[in-house]
Amino acid sequence: MKEDPNHIKARKFGMIIDLDKCTGCGACMVACMSENNVPFKEDESNKLDSITWMRVYKVTNGKPYPDMEICYIPRPCMHCEGSHGHSPCVSVCPATATDYDQATGIVSQIYTRCFGCRYCMAACPYHARYFNWWDPVWPTGMEQYLSPNVSPRMRGVVEKCTFCFHRYQLAKDRAFYEGRKTIEEGDYQTACTQACPAGAITFGDLNNPHHKVNQLVEPDPKHNGRPKNPNAFRLLERLGTNPKVYYLTSREWVKRAGDNYLKNED
Amino acid sequence: MDSALIPQGVKRCPTWQFLLWLGIVGVVLLWGVYAMVLCWIKGLNQTNMNDAYGFALWIWADLAVIALGGGAFFTGFLRYLVGKDELKNIINYAVLIGFICYSSALLLLAIDVGQPLRSWHIFWHANIHSMLTEVAFCLSCYFMVLTIEYVPLILENRQLDKIPFFHHLGHNMHEIMAIFAATGAFLSFFHQGSLGGVAGVLFGRPFAYREGFLVWPWTFFLFTWSAAACGPCFTLLVTKITETITKKKLVKPNVVDLLGKISGWMLGTYIVAKIIDTWYWALVTVPSKGFTLTDFYSNNALYGIWILVMEILICGVAPAIILIIGPLRRNSALFMTAIILAVIGVCINRWVMVLQVMAMPVLTFENWVLYYPSWQEVATTVLPVVYGIILIMISYRYLPVFPQEQELNPVEK
Repeated sequence: MKEDPNHIKARKFGMIIDLDKCTGCGACMVACMSENNVPFKEDESNKLDSITWMRVYKVTNGKPYPDMEICYIPRPCMHCEGSHGHSPCVSVCPATATDYDQATGIVSQIYTRCFGCRYCMAACPYHARYFNWWDPVWPTGMEQYLSPNVSPRMRGVVEKCTFCFHRYQLAKDRAFYEGRKTIEEGDYQTACTQACPAGAITFGDLNNPHHKVNQLVEPDPKHNGRPKNPNAFRLLERLGTNPKVYYLTSREWVKRAGDNYLKNED
Repeated sequence: MDSALIPQGVKRCPTWQFLLWLGIVGVVLLWGVYAMVLCWIKGLNQTNMNDAYGFALWIWADLAVIALGGGAFFTGFLRYLVGKDELKNIINYAVLIGFICYSSALLLLAIDVGQPLRSWHIFWHANIHSMLTEVAFCLSCYFMVLTIEYVPLILENRQLDKIPFFHHLGHNMHEIMAIFAATGAFLSFFHQGSLGGVAGVLFGRPFAYREGFLVWPWTFFLFTWSAAACGPCFTLLVTKITETITKKKLVKPNVVDLLGKISGWMLGTYIVAKIIDTWYWALVTVPSKGFTLTDFYSNNALYGIWILVMEILICGVAPAIILIIGPLRRNSALFMTAIILAVIGVCINRWVMVLQVMAMPVLTFENWVLYYPSWQEVATTVLPVVYGIILIMISYRYLPVFPQEQELNPVEK
């Protein structure tokens, strides 16, 4: 199904992660790697050179036992909109190998165009972009399990979370086949959303008031999508990256961990 | 053996000595070439770069050599456009050093990218919003300009000059060199600036981010300014090193003094602008992102406030004062100290704008990440240095690089 962006209201796909529900089990990470043919090494313990599109951080409140609290923060690509689509990474890529899609709000990565300068990685404050330092090699026989819908990446290029964009394409195809003009909320869900056993991840169109994501955080379009829900926040909000991944928590220290504040700031 | 190729009226070391040194430097060159081939064949896993350090030693070296090569465009600008005629006695060497620096930068970039065979994508799929696109276009064009400026010097070789076509070609190229000098100055303004913009536009990295004028962050202008100030210092430093090695005076003191004085004023004005920029950044930009200045210089093993003091005061203010004040500038020890400090200063500036940007955590739950280069990175960074030494050795031996050499070192017949 081909949609003309001029004739439909632009979608803005986004993700809400309820940190009070997340148990840090890592199912989202596994589902993401499996779904997107993410290559891995024998030893993945060095997180500085292994690829995890969805990475779960463990954060503490810094207090000693028994006041210590732990929070797990899953971090996919934030699909930043920046100002008018000038997200930190998109605006710097010299070869237009990463692009901001105004019709979906998804930041894409064109692997065959990327020539591996890594400027986008330098620009991303979330460390959501990964470089293929090695050729992708899967254990014998595992090639059979690769998803045919996602192209594996070659050595020397950058890759990142795509909000499972191939699922969006499949959903559109299915809708066309079934004679529908548009896709429903449930038609397009990311692998991590579906894999989360705690139901901590919600995915949908932030522009659509009928979608859960919109109702959960109430993004304010007048303020670059800043959430009206007082329990919602975005990582590094004050940098102006305008991300489309929101977090929910009732814990004040978790919210504060999401951004940098001066000592005298509330 | 090669006396027919050596310019008339000057003395050069015996051929065996020349070849011996060429061989010694050549071994280091081969080491660098081996590391380069390893990176191309096996990929960037040969380096110690990682996902936190997408930019590392090579990008620093790239920015540093381009800043140091700035002596070519600025000396050319002064000689051909401002009309400082004395500088004709050092312009050849400035061009040669610039040529070495820029070819080195291009080589380093070719090693640094993950898919070198796709480098043309930067031109074909150019993103006009990217500072790196501007760098690529201006850098490539300016390298062509430098080649055009270097060619007439090659054509002045004794044997080549005997061929009428080359003789006339060289002569005619000299005649229109002002056009290329102007083109070079124009291109350099933009690529030096856009290299500054590379860091300055990173609004996701508060350590690098700067506000600015229209689409250009202040680092755009500061990089051009510092290259114009410190590039000539590097030209002077290499000239002094060459004089020490050859045990000859190659450029008259008035030429050195003039270029040193102009560099001093450029450095002095630059460092005032840099202090204002740092002041505004520390008091306005950084707090608006939730940081304090001390956040950038604490909780890690390397980047203390010392690096800011070193860059601005010791390697900025101090050499500027020495080079501006005549009696201090004319003291040879102080002069050498000043040009060395200026060169170190601009290298530190490029270092922090690349490496410290990467090291500094932005997410509250991440930590500083420090990095040390692999031997392959070191060898490939040494490669342009030895390549430069070899090109200087060959050029000095066979080309009339220094017009005043004959007069300053009369050969007894």
